[in-house]
Amino acid sequence: MSTEAPPGRDEGLFDYAARPPRLPDPIDDRLDEAEIPREVRLGLYRTQQVLRQFEKRAYDLFMQNLVKGTSHLSLGMEAVAAGFAGAMRPDDYTFATYRGHAHTLARGAAMEAVMAELLGKENGLLGGKGGSMHLTSVEHGMMGSYAIIGAHLCIANGAAWSAQMRGTDQVAVCFFGDGTTNIGAFHEALNMAAVWELPVVFVCENNLYMEYTPIDLTTSVPHPAADRAAAYGLERILIDGNDADAVYLTASRVIQRARSGGGPSLVEAVTYRHGGHSRADPGKYRPADEVEAWLERDPIPAYHRRMLRVGVDEGELVEISRDVAQAVDEATEAAKAGVPPHPDAVYADVWADGGWEWRN
Amino acid sequence: MAELSYRDAVAAGIAQEMRRDPRLVMLGEDIAGAGGVFKTTVGLLDEFGADRVRDTPISEQAILGAAMGAAMTGIPVIAEIMFSDFLAVCFDLLANEMAKASYMTAGQVTVPVVVRTANGGGSRFGAQHSQSVENWTMMIPGLKVVAPSTPADVIGLMAAAIRDPDPVVFFEHKSLFAVKGEVPDAEHVDRLGTAVVRRPGTDCTIAALALMVPRALEAAERLAADGIDAEVIDVRSLVPLDTSTILGSVAKTGRLFTVEENPRLCGWGAEVASIVADEAFWDLDGPVVRITTPHVPLPAAEALEDLAIPSVDRIAATVAGSLG
Repeated sequence: MSTEAPPGRDEGLFDYAARPPRLPDPIDDRLDEAEIPREVRLGLYRTQQVLRQFEKRAYDLFMQNLVKGTSHLSLGMEAVAAGFAGAMRPDDYTFATYRGHAHTLARGAAMEAVMAELLGKENGLLGGKGGSMHLTSVEHGMMGSYAIIGAHLCIANGAAWSAQMRGTDQVAVCFFGDGTTNIGAFHEALNMAAVWELPVVFVCENNLYMEYTPIDLTTSVPHPAADRAAAYGLERILIDGNDADAVYLTASRVIQRARSGGGPSLVEAVTYRHGGHSRADPGKYRPADEVEAWLERDPIPAYHRRMLRVGVDEGELVEISRDVAQAVDEATEAAKAGVPPHPDAVYADVWADGGWEWRN
Repeated sequence: MAELSYRDAVAAGIAQEMRRDPRLVMLGEDIAGAGGVFKTTVGLLDEFGADRVRDTPISEQAILGAAMGAAMTGIPVIAEIMFSDFLAVCFDLLANEMAKASYMTAGQVTVPVVVRTANGGGSRFGAQHSQSVENWTMMIPGLKVVAPSTPADVIGLMAAAIRDPDPVVFFEHKSLFAVKGEVPDAEHVDRLGTAVVRRPGTDCTIAALALMVPRALEAAERLAADGIDAEVIDVRSLVPLDTSTILGSVAKTGRLFTVEENPRLCGWGAEVASIVADEAFWDLDGPVVRITTPHVPLPAAEALEDLAIPSVDRIAATVAGSLG
């Protein structure tokens, strides 16, 4: 019997925190000059504040054990959700993963309803039936959060196909993580979208880790989405996912392309989560200097500095931040004040008629 | 009344509904230009065009995903999965996505999709193209499950499935495609969740599904020659399940046999037997007997496959032996 250590262990292959850090690129200050209207930028700033402050509050509530189950926060990744939502039309479709709080709020769902859903209350977005991983708000074009990797890329195709058949110019935007690029449904969806020239935009939020494992250790190419675009005859699009302006500009371009019949796009937005994968994960597998470098590239202070450089008054930004803080407080109180769902809800909505009967 | 094959009834049922609802579309592998590998969709491309009858890549997840996404945004869809065995490669879409969307979203999302698929044995295709997998889908809350045995039911239940606002899995039996039967000339719409008594009888009840229905009927004729008058029920719809027809029959006959093509464990008959034991125990004059394929994968060779799947001989012998 061999007494040797398993291959790779000596080189630190499985001690991910000992690996060389993957550091962020510096912010591109040239985007200060981008032709983005002041009102749009203020909107992007506000949305990022909403997502950041909401998620921090959600984290606090989890730590207080007021929220059961699990949660996957978007702290550090707000610029992707804000940039895309800012470029979408109200009747466009969003499809997200279990990491979907940010995408749901960015489309305009009420903070109170989302918070109450996390708390499992009757006034929750889904009456407590879905929870953190399944946030959906059809009236806001938020067509669902899908908690098993891959399927929702195929479903987003269907919404885009439907828009094509109905002769609307709606676009479906589908968000997923870097890990999703390695499941078969990714390939099936991208191929069909390209062949059918569907008005769909696939957005890979590459936060460098598939759950607890560095994505580069499990992926055949350095950029899991962008480097595979050519396989579907699509443009290679790699952007800074921590710069809301960069996201907004690319989102506007690819959404317009889809809307005007130019077919699908695959965007890889490189970003980083400030915390672990989920509630249970402190994220200790990441090199400390890597975490530190990405925290310094936090999208929100960076965007704050840009707003000042382009001439927005500090007081205006502070006021937005205060407004949002007050709204988060109010939403938290309203969510906490909600009652648990009525027991009848167990049996409701299995079928479209609201019922659950399976026999006579 | 015209005579139509079960195979042609599939296209007839779909065409009836596509004429009625201009939104309705279908997609699947080889369904358009080729008319389906079982020739069940012949003529639909010509009548309805390539925008409504779409060939897809060999991508079952993409097929069911496209169906679901379209359905939840206003377009009812018929999706074909060529062989029911292939439901295993897209089961996430069926079991986790379509089935649960309405419930998880508190009714915000509905999924009017019919998943048509060729089910069952008898074609000597071996273990991966012959299974009866209706029990895979029956056990998932949020899916409706239908398996017709006659051409008229193919049309009527297809129409009912298409008009239903929930996801319905529609099992077409490969060994019934060539069977002919009378179908109504006018528009024909049946009801999900209804069983049909195919042969009234007084001595025992035989509940069967799809290919097992004609076999049970033939077995009943043989039993009649031996003085046993069997009532044969075509279950037709597993979800919703018409338990009142079955319970009513058992109240009359006092004995129940199920004839199931699925392998033994967790077949639909086990659920029926459980319901009858719970609710009609005092009506029973003897045990509920399940006649099933044994708990094995299906073999390819003719001689072996015929041994595995319940035959007329086995049905008749089991019933006679149990009653005698």
